Amino acid sequence: MTLNFLVICLISLGVYSFLFGRYRIRKVTQQVSVKQHSRDVYHATFLAACATIVPLIVLIVWSSLSPLVLNGLLEVQLQNMVGAATVGEMGVLIAQTKAFSAGLLNPAFVSDDVKQAASYYESLQAASDTGRALLVLAIGLVGLAFGSRFLTVRFTARHWVERLATWLMIGASVIAILTTIGIVLSLVFETIRFFDSVSVTEFLFGLHWSPQIAIRADQAGSSGSFGAIPLFAGTLMITLIAMVVAVPVGLMSAIYLSEYATPRLRNIAKPTIEVLAGIPTVVYGFFAALVLAPLLRDGGSDIGLTVSSESALAAGLVMGTMIIPFISSLSDDVINAVPQNLRDGAAALGATRSETIIQVVLPAALPGIVSAVLLAISRAIGETMIVVMAAGVAANLTANPFESVTTVTVQIVMLLVGDQEFDSAKTLAAFALGLLLFIITLGLNILALYVVNKYREQYD
Amino acid sequence: MSSQEENIKIRTSGVTVHYGAAQALHGIDLDIRANEVTALIGPSGCGKSTFLRCINRMNDVIEDCHFGGKIEIDGEDIYSGEIDVVELRARVGMVFQKPNPFPKSIYDNVAYGPRIHGLASSKDELDHMVETSLRRAGLWQEVHDRLHTSGSGLSGGQQQRLCIARTIAVDPNVVLMDEPCSALDPIATAIIEELIEELRSQYTIVIVTHSMQQAARVSQRTAYFHLGHLVEHGDTDRIFTNPANKQTEAYISGKIG
Repeated sequence: MTLNFLVICLISLGVYSFLFGRYRIRKVTQQVSVKQHSRDVYHATFLAACATIVPLIVLIVWSSLSPLVLNGLLEVQLQNMVGAATVGEMGVLIAQTKAFSAGLLNPAFVSDDVKQAASYYESLQAASDTGRALLVLAIGLVGLAFGSRFLTVRFTARHWVERLATWLMIGASVIAILTTIGIVLSLVFETIRFFDSVSVTEFLFGLHWSPQIAIRADQAGSSGSFGAIPLFAGTLMITLIAMVVAVPVGLMSAIYLSEYATPRLRNIAKPTIEVLAGIPTVVYGFFAALVLAPLLRDGGSDIGLTVSSESALAAGLVMGTMIIPFISSLSDDVINAVPQNLRDGAAALGATRSETIIQVVLPAALPGIVSAVLLAISRAIGETMIVVMAAGVAANLTANPFESVTTVTVQIVMLLVGDQEFDSAKTLAAFALGLLLFIITLGLNILALYVVNKYREQYD
Repeated sequence: MSSQEENIKIRTSGVTVHYGAAQALHGIDLDIRANEVTALIGPSGCGKSTFLRCINRMNDVIEDCHFGGKIEIDGEDIYSGEIDVVELRARVGMVFQKPNPFPKSIYDNVAYGPRIHGLASSKDELDHMVETSLRRAGLWQEVHDRLHTSGSGLSGGQQQRLCIARTIAVDPNVVLMDEPCSALDPIATAIIEELIEELRSQYTIVIVTHSMQQAARVSQRTAYFHLGHLVEHGDTDRIFTNPANKQTEAYISGKIG
């Protein structure tokens, strides 16, 4: 039985259990004069859950473990047939067998051993599928029978459904947390492998970034250098330029929108600003590269400045524009959430509007504004497209915003495009960069949380 | 009669307020005497709070709110073009229904008004103002050792007294109170009422209240509003014992409202 069909069967079982549960509880209630504890729908949901949840878990576990078991069995079988083989040869044989049984290989090019192994593999698969189907459906039916014994008039199905809902939500949170942990762990392990070939000090403090590694031993320029400082300096500079643009503009437009603008203007202006957030970053990128960067270069040369045609300034300015709506829209929301009676209180003391805003409203809204700015910084640090196009890919270590620089994210892209060996230092460097970037953003967040908690002015 | 004339602090004549097309006040003529507590009573939506907010022009910020008529404080028309609203509100303080301390320390709450108006020339003088205001509001004993903790950490009654201290710190001569005790328990209410009685010697107080007992306890004059009209006003004792108007009598005796 294929997976799809099995899932359909399981869903049908669930639907049947639901209908059956409803029918059953109605019938039970008719026979007695006691008031039913839970409504019919809760009994039905309870029974449907009894019949499907455990089978579903079994299905998922079986489906994720069976490939491992089948592979192991296939490997044993192949070893018996062809005798000893190296790990590489065995890998090729297993891949061939699987491809052949999936019908991807022309039988003319496949050895008899593989054909035999393939038919063995197919029989294993069939057995596994049948076993899975039987087990899942059997458990489902047992669950149905077991659950239906509970459906009595005073059965507290309502509370059981409540518990079920709680566990569903816990499950969802656990999935999110596990995914995060998984991603971090994969970063950590690959980074450890990277540090086998490149020393930690070189990576963290090296001033030169040139990740070219020879693919063959006789190639020129075989050893790369992996000093990450220029990349982080570039990231820092572009982010800084972007924030210099975005924070004042975004914050002031938020203040204008929430405190000064009439509701009608606000209803037009706010969505208009938010459109900025909907423009794909690649569009910002070519705007930066084709319009702003040449403009800066020509304007710079007019006043005697040497501006590279791909400059940190161009990328930073455009990136700043891109994140204005994050800051303005979120800050606008938190400023609006500041209770009106605080404004009234200040006004009744004779404060002018701007005094009220600066001394009362903004301090009260500070935590929200800081988190808006943080979100914007994360966006800026993670932004890649604009930098590739407008700031270049040259890893210059410079404090001059008119020169071309590169960022961590851009280099991660450069490391991973094209043909790659998965175990070369060049590829693994991407994981190390990613991990370091993650640690830095995490640190920023923790720092900001600390600052906010220390200086927040809490209302109510 | 002439001695009473001199004593009049606020004189309103023909005050009308429209919220968009809806008229909230229909020509209110009311004289409010200095160093007395005037209570504005009436059922919800009768316009008493709207009237109160006209006296320090807090309605200005509400869109579609239109004022007509005349309000004079010490003979000066507060709706004339020459009046600086910011200065007016420093002269006419206001305490709100729900305590609304700023999310700042107790000290900064009280010092806020003097700071924005530049009333203190030195730190010592500001300290002194804060202490005086807190003492007048009867809060000093309770908070003098924690002036730099947040004002929102106080109890509801303490917060309301903090708001009163904040209001009198800018040295107004009129204090408007919009149901100042409606969010407080009876004990906190009693403390605030005592405070109002003490403040009367220095300030002209106008208080909106839903509690007739409160009006009877704290005020010398009472004005009864109904549906945007000033139905009756006069000495509190007389209004509560011998109201001239049937509507007033019905409201006071609990038949309506």
